Amino acid sequence: MNVLEGEDRARFEATVLPHLDAAFNLARWLLRNRTDAEDVTQDAVFRAFRAFGTYRSGNARAWLLQIVRNTCFTWLRQNRMAAEFMEFDETTMPQESENPETLALAGSDREQLTRALETLPESFREILVLRELEGCSYKEIAEITSRPIGTVMSALARGRAQLRNSLSQPASKEARRAV
Amino acid sequence: MPCDQTQTQLHGYLDGELDALSAASFEKHLETCTDCKQSLAAEESLHRSIQQAGLYERAPESLRISLLGNSKQQAAVRSFPGARLSPWRWLAVAAVLLLAVFIGWRQLQSGRGPGNAQLMAASFVDAHLRSLQPGHLTDVQSTDQHTVKPWFDGRIDFAPPVRDFANEGFPLVGGRLDVAGGKTVAALVYSRREHIINVFVEKAPSESYWNGSGESQGYHWLTWQQNGFSFCAVSDVAPVDLDQLQQLFLAK
Repeated sequence: MNVLEGEDRARFEATVLPHLDAAFNLARWLLRNRTDAEDVTQDAVFRAFRAFGTYRSGNARAWLLQIVRNTCFTWLRQNRMAAEFMEFDETTMPQESENPETLALAGSDREQLTRALETLPESFREILVLRELEGCSYKEIAEITSRPIGTVMSALARGRAQLRNSLSQPASKEARRAV
Repeated sequence: MPCDQTQTQLHGYLDGELDALSAASFEKHLETCTDCKQSLAAEESLHRSIQQAGLYERAPESLRISLLGNSKQQAAVRSFPGARLSPWRWLAVAAVLLLAVFIGWRQLQSGRGPGNAQLMAASFVDAHLRSLQPGHLTDVQSTDQHTVKPWFDGRIDFAPPVRDFANEGFPLVGGRLDVAGGKTVAALVYSRREHIINVFVEKAPSESYWNGSGESQGYHWLTWQQNGFSFCAVSDVAPVDLDQLQQLFLAK
């Protein structure tokens, strides 16, 4: 194992650890579970610590979140059935709702939003979490998810449409598609 | 049939990712396209719901402690092979907590009489220092006062006056709840040339002593009262910058 020298360790604590909340939040939404998220975030931070030699400068948050994301997907692949691992697939996307004005969201509470977000396919969920909760720019999201910006933009539009769709449906009809 | 621009421009516009020219041309398009106007309203409503739902989940303290403990532990192990610092670290944490509880209790006991302005300021300086710890600065991170202000709804029993002074050189960074002097206060976070300024806001106590400025632990603080609120700005910027920020608040 590559143990960092003292100076690097202090630099790691100063540049990377400030983004621990961002790391945990992303893991929590990707894994849909706080306990797993805590374990996986810890694992990801250790990986980042070991890989810190390759980090030069730039966007430490994006660098860490990229590692967190990859660690999460590895974990998901190992711990859940392959069928649950939904990759981006155009054919599974629902059509845009015809009546945007009926999608009044005033009554949406935290629980309903949480459920709706958790049932989104992972590829949409991660992009929505990065944009809406973490406030990442398109460029950062593209860097974190290793996708072209165009894909990020279309996934964001589709993810939002699907989120609005599932919020506008009664909870009972809302099939737990990703579970 | 949705308008083409709904697909291509709307989200970039919503997310502030369009350059000024494209944004202006999309705004012009919005004036005539009801389709885009409706979609934009729906997207904005969704965005607001997500922001207000408080879905962001911060790292638990146990994770923070185990990580910081761990990286420090590696150093300790290198300097003193075989040494196990964990129990001592826990003792240290317990001691700090005890001290914090004791100080809090002392402040509650001593009340908030006129002689305690310095003590109150010291507790705000402590809160400022705490906020500078990694991950503690903001609960809601946004430069938009219309995002930060509603975030406080239901979290605190008053609506703090949240304003962005980006044009005046004090951009809003975000807000959070904090505890100072045994009371829950709203903390508004501003930045000033790479420095952080915390503006603590609470409902004004009936006493009128709570005005003044000073220095504690190398940080400047400035307090004032306005519209039934008490403000305390704390930062390592020059006192003149705090005065300027105060004037901006008072001018509105």
